[in-house]
Amino acid sequence: MNFNLSQYFKKNTETAPLAVFRIFFGIMMLLSIVRFWSYGWIETLYIKPKFFFSYYGFEWIRPLGIYTYLIFIICAISALMVALGFKYRISIIIFFLSFTYIELMDKTTYLNHYYFISVLSFLMIFLPANAYYALDARKRKSFKYIPVWTIDSVKLLLGIVYFYAGLAKLNSDWLVKAMPLKIWLPSNYDLPVLGDLMQQEWVHYVFSYTGAIYDLTIPFLLLFRKTRNFAFIMVVVFHVLTRILFPIGMFPYIMIISTLIFFDSKVHYKILAIISKVFKINQTQFDTNRILTFKPKKDKILIGIITVLFTIQLLLPFRYLLYPGELFWTEEGYRFSWRVMLMEKAGYANFKIVDSKTGKRFYVDNNDFLTAFQEKQMATQPDFILQYAHYLKKHFENRGHQNVQVFVESYVALNGRLSSQYIDPETDLGKQKETFKHKTWIIPFKDEIKGL
Amino acid sequence: MKKILFLITTVIFFAVSCSSGDDNETGASTDTFNRQALLENIADNIAIPAYQNLANDIEVLKTAASTFVATPNESNLQSIRTAWLNSYVSWQSVSVFEIGKAEELSFRNFMNVFPVSASEIEANITSGTYDLNAVSKDNEQGFGALDYLLNGLSDSNTEIIAFYVSNTNADAYKKYLTDVVDRMNDLTTQVLTDWTSGYRDTFVSSNGSSATSSLDKLVNDYVFHYEKHLRAGKIGIPAGVFSGSVLEDRVEAFYKGDVSKTLFNANLTAMQDLFNGKHFGKNTSGESFKTYLDFLNTIKEGEDLSTLINNQFESARSTGTGLSDDFSAQVRTNNSLMTQTYDELQKNVVLLKVDMVQAMSVRITFIDADGD
Repeated sequence: MNFNLSQYFKKNTETAPLAVFRIFFGIMMLLSIVRFWSYGWIETLYIKPKFFFSYYGFEWIRPLGIYTYLIFIICAISALMVALGFKYRISIIIFFLSFTYIELMDKTTYLNHYYFISVLSFLMIFLPANAYYALDARKRKSFKYIPVWTIDSVKLLLGIVYFYAGLAKLNSDWLVKAMPLKIWLPSNYDLPVLGDLMQQEWVHYVFSYTGAIYDLTIPFLLLFRKTRNFAFIMVVVFHVLTRILFPIGMFPYIMIISTLIFFDSKVHYKILAIISKVFKINQTQFDTNRILTFKPKKDKILIGIITVLFTIQLLLPFRYLLYPGELFWTEEGYRFSWRVMLMEKAGYANFKIVDSKTGKRFYVDNNDFLTAFQEKQMATQPDFILQYAHYLKKHFENRGHQNVQVFVESYVALNGRLSSQYIDPETDLGKQKETFKHKTWIIPFKDEIKGL
Repeated sequence: MKKILFLITTVIFFAVSCSSGDDNETGASTDTFNRQALLENIADNIAIPAYQNLANDIEVLKTAASTFVATPNESNLQSIRTAWLNSYVSWQSVSVFEIGKAEELSFRNFMNVFPVSASEIEANITSGTYDLNAVSKDNEQGFGALDYLLNGLSDSNTEIIAFYVSNTNADAYKKYLTDVVDRMNDLTTQVLTDWTSGYRDTFVSSNGSSATSSLDKLVNDYVFHYEKHLRAGKIGIPAGVFSGSVLEDRVEAFYKGDVSKTLFNANLTAMQDLFNGKHFGKNTSGESFKTYLDFLNTIKEGEDLSTLINNQFESARSTGTGLSDDFSAQVRTNNSLMTQTYDELQKNVVLLKVDMVQAMSVRITFIDADGD
C-alpha cells in the first residue's frame, strides 16, 4: 500500500458517521449532567466543601458558590445544542469551556473519563460535525461528504485511549499478581452467578489478562471490517461488565456509543433513518451530494492544530519517564495518561502543626477542612498533600499562630501491600513549593513494580 | 443494525437492573467466605447480648435512682453510683454499634457526650422547662449528666445529698435525675427492642457489598468509633493532641475522676473482641473481621494483617497500663505517657483504616461519586 500523507488529507468520506457521533455525544453529555445534578453531586462536591484542590497553574478556577449551578446549566444547554447541531461551532466551544471549567474546579473528582470528554470536545471544535443532519445544515447548507481525516481523528483519539490504557496494564502487579483485581473482584460476592466466581484466583488472572489484551487490540479490531462486528460485541460485553463490577458511572455507555463511529456509513444512515422516523424529520433535505472542502489556508491551520493535539496526546502519557521512582507510588505523571482502574491505593494522612520556636504542637482533624472524598484522595497523592499543607499553614497563621510548620505522618497501602510511610515526616511542607519537578520528600517505594 | 441497537438496549437494561438490585440478594456462598455468618455472629453473639446486658444494668440504675430520689441518703447515693458505673462500663460494649435504630436516634450522642455542660444542666433544673429530645441538649444528659449530678455537685457526699434534700430546688434536682435516667432507659429499650424485633434480620440479610450493606456500614462505624471515640475522645483530646495544650476537663467521667481508665480499657477490650468475633461475656468466638481478613489473605498471600492488628491492640493496652485511674490527674502530672498511649492507638488507625479497609475493599465513609 502506498500511503501518501498529502493524498490522504485530500480524501473524502461520508458525513453521516460524524453526524451520528455528534448527536449521541450531545445526548450522552446532557444525560450525564442531568444525572450528576439529580444525585445532588453539584451540592456535595462543589458547593459544600470549604476548600478545593486546584490544578497547578489553574488556581484561579474555583466553584462559584450557588452560581456553580449556572455553569452546569450552560454546559447542559450547549450539550443539547451540539446534539441538535444548532449553532454548532459556538455550542461546542461553550461546551468544551464549561465542561473543562467544571473539571478544573477540584481535582478531587478527577477521572480519566472527564479528561477524555474535555479532549474530545476540544477536538470536535475543529470538526465539521454539523455538516449533515443538523439544524445548521438545513436549507441546502448540508454536505454529504467531508474530509476523511475529520472522522479518523475521532477514531484515533478513541484508539489512543484504549491502547494506552492497555500499555499501562503491562506491569508486574497487573500481570503477575493479578492486582488490584484480586482485591476488587472478591468484594462483588453478592452478584448472582458471578459472585462465587469472583472469589476464584484463576478468575482474577483471566480478568487481568483479558483486560490488557482487550485494551491493546480493540482499536485494531474495530478498524478492520472483518473483525468489526466481533469487536463491537466485545466492546459492549467489556463495558457492561465493568459497569456491573465497578462504580463507573456513565463512561461505559459513552464508550459503547462512541465506538459506533468505526462502522461504515450504511449503519449510520440506518440510525438516522430511525431518528427521522421517530421525530418525523425529513432526512432527504440533507442529501445534497455536496462535498465539504476547506480553503487551503484553513485546511493547513486545522491539520496543524490536529497534529499538535495528537503529538501531545501521544507523548504526554510518557512524561512519567522524566521522574525518578515508582509512578504508582509518587503519581508524578499519573494523571492525563489513560491509566484507568489500574491500582488500589489507600492512605491516611495526619497533619501536625508545630510552632518552630516553642516546639508546641497539635494535630489537625481533617474533618474540619475536608470532605471524606477529599480526604481520601488527598491521603494518597503528594500534590494534594502539599496543597492542603499550604492551606493549613495559612489557616493557622490567620488564626494567630506563630512560626507555623506543617508536618505530615502519612501511610499508604498500594495494591494489597502492607501500608508504609509515604511522606518524609521531618519535612516542613509549609516550606516546600509546588513545581513540576520531582518531590524529594516522598519516601521512595519499598517494593518494585516492573513494566511500563 | 437493528440487532446492534437491540443488543445495546438489552445490555444497558441488564446492567442497570444488575447494578440497582444490590442488597437483598442472598447469594448462596459455598466455597467462599460466608459473610452472612459474620453478620449473624456479630448480631446474635455480640451486639444483642451486649445491648441486653446494658438494658439490665440500666434497669438496675433506674431502680437505684427511684430509691435514691425517695430516700436521698449516703448508702442510696453509693448504690446509684455503683449502678451508674456498672452501666457505664456496659455502655462501652455497645457504643460502636451506631447502626439501625441507634443511628436513627443518635443514641451515642444522647447517651455519652462529654464534657457535659454543668451550667446548662443547672439552668434546666432552675427553669424546670427542658426538652431532652432536642439535639442541642445532648450535652445535658446521659452518663455525663449523671456523673455531674451524682459526683460533681460538690466535693463532699453530704453536700451532694443536701442538693436532693434541703436545697430550695431539691424537687427539681430529683426530677432532673429521674428524667435523665428515664430517657437513657427509654432510648436503650428502643434500640434493644428494635434489634430483637426485626432489625436483626434486616442487618443479617443485608449481606451484599454495596455501600449501604451491613458489612460496609459496620466496618465504617468500627473505624470511625475507633478513631473518633476511643483514640481521640478518650485519650487524644484530653492529652491535648489536637489543641496543643492538655484539656483535663475533657476526660470521660470527669467528676468521678478515678474511672476514666476503667472506661477506656472496657472500650478497648470491646473493640478488640468485636474485631476477633469474641462472643459477649464468653470465651468462645465466631466469624469476624479477623477471620474475614484471614480468608482474604489466603487469596492475596500478603502480610498477616489480623495478627498485626491484634498485636497493636495489645501494645496500646500495655502502654496504657501505666496510666493513672484518673486521666485528668494523668494529663496534669505526666502527659507524655498519655501521648505515648495515643501514639500506640494511632498506629492501629493506619492498619484498620488503610490496610483492613483496602483488603476488604470496603468504601470508607460512603463516598457517593463515580470511580475511574
